[in-house]
Order: sequence, then structure tokens, then C-alpha cells
Amino acid sequence: MATNLTINGETKSFDAPPEMPLLWVLRDILGMTGTKFGCGIAQCGACTVHVDGKAVRSCVLPVSAVANRAITTIEHVGSTPSGAKVQKAWLEAEVIQCGYCQSGQIMSAAALLATTPNPDDADIDAAMAGNICRCGTYVRIREAIKQAASGRQS
Amino acid sequence: MITEKILPNVSRRALLTGGLATGFLLAFHLPLRAAVNEPEQPKDTTDGKFAPNAFIRIDETGRTVLMMPQVEMGQGVYTSIAMILAEELDADWAKVSVLHAPPNDELYANPVFGLQATGGSTSIRAWWKPLRAAGASARAMLIQAAAAQWQVEPASCTASKGEVVHAASGRRLGYGGLALAAQSQTPPKDVPVKDPKDFVYIGQPLKRLDTPDKVNGKVVYGIDAILPNMKIATVATCPVFGGKVGKVDDSAATKIPGVRKIVVLDDTVAVIGDHMWAAKKGLEALKIEWNEGPNAEISTKDIWQDLRAASAKDGAIAKSIGDIAKGLASGDKFEASFELPFLAHASMEPVNATVHVRPDACEIWTGTQIMTRVQAEAANAAGVPVDKVIVNNHLLGGGFGRKLEPDMVVTAVKIAKQVDYPVKVIWTREEDIQHDVYRPVYRDQVTATLVDGKVSAWKYKIAGSAVIARWLPPAFQKGIDIDAVDAAADMPYDFPNFHVEYVRAEPPAVPTGFWRGVGPNNNVFAFECAMDELARKAGKDPVEFRRANLTKNPRALAVLNLVAERSGWGEPLPPRVGRGVCVQPSFGSYLATVVEAEIDDIGEIVLRRVTSVVDTGIAVNPDTVKAQIEGGLIFGLTAALYGEITIDKGRVQQSNFHDYRMMRINETPKIEVIVVKSGEAPGGIGEAGVNAGPPALRNAIYAATGVALRRLPIDRKLLAAGRKA
Repeated sequence: MATNLTINGETKSFDAPPEMPLLWVLRDILGMTGTKFGCGIAQCGACTVHVDGKAVRSCVLPVSAVANRAITTIEHVGSTPSGAKVQKAWLEAEVIQCGYCQSGQIMSAAALLATTPNPDDADIDAAMAGNICRCGTYVRIREAIKQAASGRQS
Repeated sequence: MITEKILPNVSRRALLTGGLATGFLLAFHLPLRAAVNEPEQPKDTTDGKFAPNAFIRIDETGRTVLMMPQVEMGQGVYTSIAMILAEELDADWAKVSVLHAPPNDELYANPVFGLQATGGSTSIRAWWKPLRAAGASARAMLIQAAAAQWQVEPASCTASKGEVVHAASGRRLGYGGLALAAQSQTPPKDVPVKDPKDFVYIGQPLKRLDTPDKVNGKVVYGIDAILPNMKIATVATCPVFGGKVGKVDDSAATKIPGVRKIVVLDDTVAVIGDHMWAAKKGLEALKIEWNEGPNAEISTKDIWQDLRAASAKDGAIAKSIGDIAKGLASGDKFEASFELPFLAHASMEPVNATVHVRPDACEIWTGTQIMTRVQAEAANAAGVPVDKVIVNNHLLGGGFGRKLEPDMVVTAVKIAKQVDYPVKVIWTREEDIQHDVYRPVYRDQVTATLVDGKVSAWKYKIAGSAVIARWLPPAFQKGIDIDAVDAAADMPYDFPNFHVEYVRAEPPAVPTGFWRGVGPNNNVFAFECAMDELARKAGKDPVEFRRANLTKNPRALAVLNLVAERSGWGEPLPPRVGRGVCVQPSFGSYLATVVEAEIDDIGEIVLRRVTSVVDTGIAVNPDTVKAQIEGGLIFGLTAALYGEITIDKGRVQQSNFHDYRMMRINETPKIEVIVVKSGEAPGGIGEAGVNAGPPALRNAIYAATGVALRRLPIDRKLLAAGRKA
């Protein structure tokens, strides 16, 4: 049976078992590889997407649970105001090293700024502690979120 | 210290042919087949281009493609290597792009290793001279071409930002317009490289070339490769080291929708499916009986016992200065042993490889630190000649040494051989952690004496795996693993009687390999912890004590002095808050670090602040240097706080990020990195911060609580308030 999802403003139709996590639908059925596999148990945040604007871990999210929801991925987050600000700040602060976790970091940061335009350190910790970066870019992530919030340049 | 070529018997031919323009030596390789979702990349074709050597391609529009002999795994090397080439070439940075070099040791072997490998903080050190020469030679050919056209002396022309300029007549020609004429120029001999005062790119914090596609999901790592008709596989390897597959009942698995095939290898079972979910569900539905083999009773407890016994033996002598026996016979004596655990790499991109075995060739899409070894091992596994193995390398989602091993590609080839379509093999995080090639366990013994408040004698013995002996056997000479003793045999202090030994001790069945920071991880930890305890024994401040023993190392002393100043060393602190210091030589660089930490009543640790001062010689890209130290510190501090792989009944007990913990943003301290100006040759930087974090934190804990920890990871139980030091 075909499943329909609204991803990045477009309706996508495909066959998938209802319990299949959204992550693998995105990557292996729809060919959208910007969303990353890191742990498979919602521990690392590499697979973070937005569902109705909220940051969620797609590796444990059954596709059947998001049928009527608006899904946004890293490929499209730049078209949201907070996503665009975050991407710009990420490049200005030269946050990224290997980059593998950064799709998830950017999705979490964009969701934070959409609801909390001027986050303090505690807000940043709460929103970003679910995203692991093995290269250790946390200091610059914190700085970039503040830059994105204030609009200032590095 | 591994700063020069470490293989005595390998000719310098690869370096010379690769690095210097001695004709039209081009990268010959089979045409690459990009994954269908790959962003469009320039192709390495040389037709109609100025291609003076294996690294530089300039087309008629001036577009400059630089071939990258080292791989990009986050360390910023694609940008800094491009900067070195562009500097001496006087390229227009706006027209520069980079391309992965194909596997080819003749052209692209890392001069330190004699093979095309990225690791050991060697990239900039190894390529600094040859790439400057390659760039300068190409620039000279472009100048010759312009001078011939203008009928002027080449010496009357200069180059700048992709143009040759004849100042006397005001004429200029872009590199694009000169490309074809330059191609027929004879490369001049011994072209001088620039005086560092004339650098326009080197030393500037230029923006990285690899990051724009990393903010929008466009970048394609190996795990992202998509090919027509590709299927996805996931694997289970015998949980016991060295065990084999016994019986497999696949009756339930084959009924799962989307499962295509079950592949049984010697020690691994793979399920191939339409997508990862089908493969995972299929694997869960298999009933596998394992033949656990002879290692089913191995435990880390026993491995530690064996290592302690081995470290009691005499080792091979790596260095001996003065008279160690006489030195140890007098003075105030100190003895301690330091122990470091097995560690997994846990790069964020789990281990993976995509392979298509065809009748005529074997094609691979992956991200590897060791291109030519992957090619050779894949050829062996596929049963095809090496020149029929095509390796499409990708940006790596972290390497940290794990991808210096070709095992994942070999397994993927064995799976792909069973089918006629391309297969992407993805290790789950659990399989990745439980079948890693682990950072070895180490035990380091320090015996030292103090005379007049200074170290008079220092005997040091390292016991642990010889990773070099397995990975690069010809470099294992006279019983000494040059990696295991790195930063010990060339420690920064001036001890009159000094003696370093190494005992090779291999754990049974547990594969061990390079892990970011490599050998110095164990030595910097043991040295700098022992120095703190000796300082206390001498009744001296830890920084003051180090200064007194750093009489012949001005670079180490300078970074120590500056870090003391910038960290507020000596300023009063609240109770149970301490500062700890670490000073280290590091792959041709010098680093001094102060960690400030608070230890609460139950022994939990709060990192308050970290300050590092680095003298890396000429910093090609100072912002990259800072980023590497920031990230390296977090990598090392993560290991100190949490990192330990334990083994019971032959099995790794950790499996994912819930029980193999990583530091998170809420635990991250304020970090300040100061890069000092230096005109020395560039040093390595990727490993340095990793080495610094653990001893500096341990010494902060020592200062705050009086507890002298001797093992990692940090045991909080020893740190609760009221415990006796």
C-alpha cells in the first residue's frame, strides 16, 4: 500500500512497511541522503529532521506516525528563516570539520531558533545536548547559534 | 618523533615523481563512475590543460583543479594542501577547486609512509616541501610561457593571483590563456620557493573549501553513494573475537518483505535487502549459531594481568642518556605505573563500503584513509588484478585511524561477489563498536629520582601492542615500535640520566590499531602525570617545576609560559576546583594546556575552562589549527571522562553511544586556543589536542582533590569528597 508523506513541501508517494523508520525511507527509498545514520537508537542526533517544525530523531520514528505531518530535512531547511540563518552562521564561524553530524546539528539549531530567537547557554545546552559531534565542534556550535540569533558577523 | 620518512628501504621515487615537475607525469587511472547523487565534480582529465605534475591542472578558462594526495576527514587538509600549492603557484584562490587523487603510490604516496595514507599528523609535514616545489615549478613554466610570448626575459616577469605580469610594459596574461603554451615549456631546475614574508595565502584563515556542501545535505560521504540497482546490506560478525559462523537458519528472514539474499562468510553473516530496514529486520530474524572458537573466555581482566606481567620484563631500549643505574641509586625516588584502556574510534559515519563486482572489474565507493591498500586488498578478495579495482574515495565522516584499515572493504567485496548488482554494506553502530580495531591497552612505568628539586634520573618503560609491526612491518626495527615510544623517547625535558624501554605485548585475539593521538596518547599521559607528582614531591608548583626541567627546549618553555599567563595560573580558586597543566612535543609542534575543573562531592567532574597554546611552526591555516586543537581536546577529554572498551567472554561489552559515551555540548568547557607566530617548519596538529586533554584534566583533579589517578577513564568513585588522597 502506498504511503504519502509531505516532505519539504512536496508530496511523496512510496511503498514501505508502516514501522519502517523515516530515516531509511528518506535515505534508501527517496534517495535523500542529507539526513544521516549515526546510531539507530536516538542517541546521537545525526538523523534529526523537523516534524511540524520540531526537531525529532528520524531513526526511531515509524513512517506511519508522520503521514499527515509536515517534514523538513536538511536539503530544504535553508528555505526557512531560522535554517538560513543557522547555515550562514555555521559557515561564518567555520563550525564544520568532518561534517557528518552537522545536518543534525543544523536541524536542531534551526528548530531552537524558530521557537527561542535569543537562546542563552542553558537553552542551547537543552536543545543541542542530543547531538553528538565526534570532531568536537561544540565550542563553535555554541558561538554560531549566538551569531545566528544576533545576526552579527564573526 | 615521526617527522621524517620512517621507512628506510623505500626509495624516494614516489616523492620525486609526484612532487616535482620532471615531465608530464599524470595520474593514469580507470574512469571513475560517480554515484548518481554525487555533486558535479571536475574530472581529472589533462587534455587541453596545463598539467605540469600530478597535482595541478589549469584549463583555458584558468580554472585550477588541485589533486589531493591526502584525504579529507574533517581536519581541513583539502584546504591547507590547496593553500600550499596555490601559494607557490600564485593561483587565483577563487578559481581553485580540489579533487580526490586516485589510488596511485607512484604519484601520491605520503612521503613519510611510502604509501598513500593519511594519518599520524603527517599531511602538512610530509607534503610541505614537495608541494611547494611543485607549485613553484608550475609557476615558473607559466612565466616562461608568457615571457616567450612577450619576447622578454622570464626574470623580468612576476606572477600574482593567476596572472603573469610584466611590470615594465604593464602587460598581463591570465593562467587560462597561458595554459596550452605553458604545457610545452620545459620545467626549469631548482626553482626557488617563496620567502615566507611574501606569502599571500599561507598564514591566512582562509575559508574551508569543503564546508559549503556540508550545511545543506549535498555532500556525499561513502555511506551516501547511490548507484543504479543498488541494494543495501548489513552484517553480524561473530561476537567472539576470531569466532566463525556455525549454522544459519534463514527460514524466517527470507520471508521478510524486501530481503533479497543471505550471504554467509567465514565469520560474518550479511543480509541484503531493498533498504537498510529490510536488511536489519532480516538480520534480526536469522537464527545464527556461532563457533566461538578458542577466545570465548578472553576478558579484559585477564588481559590486564598479562600486560602487568609483560611490563615487568626488560624491554628493547629506545633511548638511553647518561647513566640510568647510577642516577636511580641516589636522590628522592618516585615510582608509578599508568594504565590506559582499549578504545573504539566511533567515527560518526559508521563503517561502510559500497562495492560492485563485475566480470571485468571491482568498483568501490567508500571513504578511506588508505587508498592503495584498499585497492590491493580488494583485488585480492575479488580475485581480479589490482588495475581492475576502481576506488571512488569520498569525504570521510570522521576517520580517527579506523579508516587506516581496509577490513570493511574486504568484507564488502566478499559480500558483493555473491551478487551481480552493487551492494552498500553498512555496519550498525553496534557492529561498528564491537568489531573495531581498538586503541591498544598500555601500561607505562615511571621510575625517577629528584635531586635539588629537579629530576636527576628518569627510567620509563612502555608495554603495549606494536601497531607499527602489523601495519607497516618494515618500520618495526630492533624491537621498537616507533609509534608506541613517540613523544617518550624525545620528551621535552632535560633529564641528565634518561632511559626509555619498550616491551611488545599483544593482547590475545583483540585487533589493535591507530587511534587519533596515536602513541603519544599513552606517553604524554604518563609523563605529565608523573611530572605533577614529582613536582608535589619536590614541594614545587607544577608549572615552576616543569620550567626548571625545560632548560634546553625554548619552544616548549615558551608555550608553557604563555599558557600559564593566559589561563590565570596561580590565581585563587574555590574549594574542589583545580588547574592542571600539560606540556608536550607533538609531531613537530609544541603544545601547552591548562584544564580547570571542579570535582563535586560525589566525584562528578565539571570542566570549567581549557586554555591551549600551540607553536606549530608556520601555521598554514591558523583557523584550522585552532579548530583541530579545540576538537582534539574534546576527543581526548571524552576518552578521559568515559572511554573504555571492556571484554568479557571474548565479547566487547559496549555497543552504542548509551554505554560508549561521548562528551556532549552541555559538558563542553570554554576553550581558548592561542596559536603563536613562528617561522619554524610546520608541525603536525591533528593529534596534539587529543594527547593534551587527559593529563591536564587528571592533574587538575590532583590539584583539586589530592587524588593521584593512575588509570583512565577517570574513576569517579575515587573522587568523592572526604576520601583520603
